[in-house]
Amino acid sequence: MDRPAGAFLAPDNRGSPIRVLLAKLGLDGHDRGLKVVARTLRDAGLEVIYLGLRQTADSIVAACEQEDADVVGLSMHNAGHLTLAPRMVQAVEKAGLGVPVVIGGIVPAADVPVLLNAGVAAVLGPGASAEEVVSAVTAAVGRRRTAPGTAAP
Amino acid sequence: MSPELPDELFDAAAAGNRRALGRLLTMVERRDDLGAVVATRAHRDGGQARVIGITGAPGTGKSTITGRLADVSGAARPAILAIDPSSPLTGGAILGDRIRMDGHISSSAFIRSMATRGHAGGLAVAVPDAIRVLDAAGCDPVIVETVGVGQVEVSVAAAADTTVVVVTPGWGDAVQANKAGLLEVADVFAVNKADRPDARGARRDLELMLDLGHQDGWRAPIVLTTANQGKGIEDLWAEIERHAAHLRESGQLSRRRCQRQRDEVADRIELGLRDRAGQIIESEVGAAVLDRVEHREISPAAAAEMLLAPLTPDPGPES
Repeated sequence: MDRPAGAFLAPDNRGSPIRVLLAKLGLDGHDRGLKVVARTLRDAGLEVIYLGLRQTADSIVAACEQEDADVVGLSMHNAGHLTLAPRMVQAVEKAGLGVPVVIGGIVPAADVPVLLNAGVAAVLGPGASAEEVVSAVTAAVGRRRTAPGTAAP
Repeated sequence: MSPELPDELFDAAAAGNRRALGRLLTMVERRDDLGAVVATRAHRDGGQARVIGITGAPGTGKSTITGRLADVSGAARPAILAIDPSSPLTGGAILGDRIRMDGHISSSAFIRSMATRGHAGGLAVAVPDAIRVLDAAGCDPVIVETVGVGQVEVSVAAAADTTVVVVTPGWGDAVQANKAGLLEVADVFAVNKADRPDARGARRDLELMLDLGHQDGWRAPIVLTTANQGKGIEDLWAEIERHAAHLRESGQLSRRRCQRQRDEVADRIELGLRDRAGQIIESEVGAAVLDRVEHREISPAAAAEMLLAPLTPDPGPES
């Protein structure tokens, strides 16, 4: 299979790109950042399934199942992250998807450890470079494979 | 991952497990050994679902129409395969069809986004496999949406029982239409965004063009739609149904499906040969022959013929 050098492959490394699902949850209209991230990840060789605005935990889980996504990226700019992000993690776990959730957007430093404790794989702030975004997403997918007990559906 | 055997996944998918169906599609999309097992079973069990292709220029509203059609069909388990191009440079892709569908689609539909993943030939074989997986899992109809640019994309959507070509007002006159190569494949036309000025003009252009064309017992009907408002979708579905009935009654359905399988086998042969061609060029013999071309001892055509010889042994007297 043709595969450009440097493209990030899916965790089982069988020659297909990582599939990442990008969305914003609930009432949060700031999707500029998410669009930039979509483009960044595409340029890094990932397949981006772009769900955009006004998604719910249930709609993201449903899309994740159908798309067989490797990772979920959520953009949050409405200060709802402490409520919504753990809810998303729980919904993914409840569905038995074993898919990591990465958060990007405006998250106060004090909240970052709270989110990580709640099971979020990584938190990316406004200063994150393109490289940091890509490596956070790909590393989250890689950990999913290696962490015992987290990958079983 | 816990063991995920294709047979177990198929049983789960047929019972309505979407995650299992999602996994099976990933397997055929990879086109590896496991994918081959899945594809074989899907081919064995498939053949029931109606396949509808939707194509047209970017931004004409294909995804919105596709989502609405799945809803209007009233089917218990409709499936949508939405195909978007991969970047030729990085292999990445932004699959953005779902965003146009989610808003107005019942949750019964199974939607899968697929990237073209580099080589066009691969698309021509990965899509039929994915269609058969959806079919074998009990989805019906299967609606395949592709951008109508490029021969392969058009032909993928055209490899359907019924192909819908979506155009918009102001899309250009009949000459443009002919150039696009989209019109030959249309069984039904949708003039979408019909709330814009000159939707009727677009319809008239199509009618004029159809007047010139050759008719095979079926003249492609033209339906005006305003998909984002849901207008005209019932009419469009009715025409798709009418075309399906025409295919059945005229015996064209089985002929079409035979032709499709024939085309697919040809595509696979071509793909296999192309892979072999790459290997030959990379081989020592290939390098030696290329060297002679470089020194202008032999022409590129002669070189190709030399390298092709072992692949195409003289079949001898006609058997």
